[in-house]
Amino acid sequence: MISLSILEAGLVNGLLTGGVYALIALGLTLIYGVLHIVNFAHGSLLMVAMFGGWMLVEWAHLDPYAALPLMIVVMFAIGWGLYAGVIGRISGGDDRRILLATLGVAIVLDNLALVLFTGDTRTIETPYQFAVIEAGPLLLSVPKLISFGVAIVLALLLWAFMARTDMGRAIRAVAREPDGARLVGIRPGRIFALAYGIGIACLGAAACLLLPTFYVSPQVGNVFVLTAFTIVVLGGMGSFPGAVVGGLLIGVTESLGGLFLGESLGPIGISLVFILVLLFRPTGLFRAAR
Amino acid sequence: MTEPLLSVRGLHAGYGPFQVLHGIDLDVHPGEIVAVLGANGVGKTTLNRTLSGLLAPSAGTIRFDGADLTRADHAAIVRAGLIHVPEGRRVFPNLSVRDNLLLGAYARGRADRGATLERVLTIFPRLRERLAQHAGSMSGGEQQMLAIGRGLMGQPRLLILDEPSLGLSPRLTEDLFSLIATLHQDGLSILLVEQNVVQSLAIARRAFVIEHGHVALSAAAAQLTEDPRLRAAYLGL
Ligand SMILES: Nc1ncnc2c1ncn2[C@@H]1O[C@H](COP(=O)(O)OP(=O)(O)OP(=O)(O)O)[C@@H](O)[C@H]1O
Ligand SMILES: [Mg+2]
Repeated sequence: MISLSILEAGLVNGLLTGGVYALIALGLTLIYGVLHIVNFAHGSLLMVAMFGGWMLVEWAHLDPYAALPLMIVVMFAIGWGLYAGVIGRISGGDDRRILLATLGVAIVLDNLALVLFTGDTRTIETPYQFAVIEAGPLLLSVPKLISFGVAIVLALLLWAFMARTDMGRAIRAVAREPDGARLVGIRPGRIFALAYGIGIACLGAAACLLLPTFYVSPQVGNVFVLTAFTIVVLGGMGSFPGAVVGGLLIGVTESLGGLFLGESLGPIGISLVFILVLLFRPTGLFRAAR
Repeated sequence: MTEPLLSVRGLHAGYGPFQVLHGIDLDVHPGEIVAVLGANGVGKTTLNRTLSGLLAPSAGTIRFDGADLTRADHAAIVRAGLIHVPEGRRVFPNLSVRDNLLLGAYARGRADRGATLERVLTIFPRLRERLAQHAGSMSGGEQQMLAIGRGLMGQPRLLILDEPSLGLSPRLTEDLFSLIATLHQDGLSILLVEQNVVQSLAIARRAFVIEHGHVALSAAAAQLTEDPRLRAAYLGL
């Protein structure tokens, strides 16, 4: 019998992990909401961001949390550049071609990483990577707590940006009514690049939050991207609250699944929750305000 | 007569090989309401889309307020004050009424946006009541008010209205026409595309009838209203 405290620990642990999931899913759902395509390059760009963070830590001796704002900016620039220079250009705005372009970008990045870094798994060392604080009966991992807090703050900031700024309004406007948007002087091509950049910037943050507790390898994106896809569909494609709630829900499910079913069978829990949610709410938890 | 605000010469435009406009000539003078009439599918919307830069003309010139806007991009055209309230409204359904209106000033930026918003809400008290509501959940008439309000937020010098009465009840249509007359009295120049020929001619100064991609008739609105032969020949009335 699993005791209550272990259950509590599993719950809290899952919630903390879910914060980063939410951040990765937010980027994916933002891009989906605006461009109406699944960004197949999401996992690969997360991997790029993690290697970027890893280099800043190993070579420039930055703390991963100090590298975080930098990686947000770098990944935004990479995302913007990829859309403006490659994806938007190749696709000419055609949804199917955008999809294929992101797939192409993923293949190139994955193989580039293999060439540059080989298939090795790398980790960083920080003084706090095994640090814990006691909260009643629970031992909470410090880097996970930080990652959860930062992820939630960033999610709120992104929400405020989308709700309260002209750029955010323009992104939402283009998502649904590009012709109407043109008539007020918005240039949809720029907005697409902006939205893609912001979606990828989320990965820059997620990467730095993951680094203290996770490894880096050219395949590392695959670990997260399937989970992120699941979260986006489960939360409601294009929905911000859906990505956050879905991220936390999947984090908890994964953690409890591992607890009850063991490491190898644990992921079944995610599939079960996924199927159950879609059975009762085929459009996901939140109907995206689209 | 004064220099025209909008001056269109020999405008050709269409969709790829399918040309719709074959040389449109048209002027709008400051402070005028000009009606553009014509059968369904004759190219009125195509003309509006070309004027506002959504569609590139294949030949001809568009001059607005002394500047050549023929090749200008849509954002520059909006900024110049040529603002198009499109057929079918095209409001942002997922945004609140307030956000829709604020985006109307996107090209101008935030300077004096609050004052403009206040003015628009005074014209449309109904929008003020619904500032927080999603535009997509409003009635067709309210959405039309919002579309016009969004256009006014850009501080137009010329407002193009493409079939604003489409789908409105007779009462709302009447309200709409008195609103257009009010905007005109406040000095706004308006290019009005309408199916409600009689009401449009009642408030317009001049009218253009488009046929086969050309301006078939350009006349004073009163003349078109009164001359039974013109009415029969061009408006089927
Ligand atoms: N996107 C498009 N691609 C191809 N052809 C188009 C497109 N839009 C309109 N057309 C065609 O161009 C012609 C003119 O259309 P337009 O919408 O300008 O007419 P309209 O005068 O505004 O008609 P209505 O009174 O019905 O609004 C029509 O034959 C129409 O089928
Ligand atoms: Mg039309």
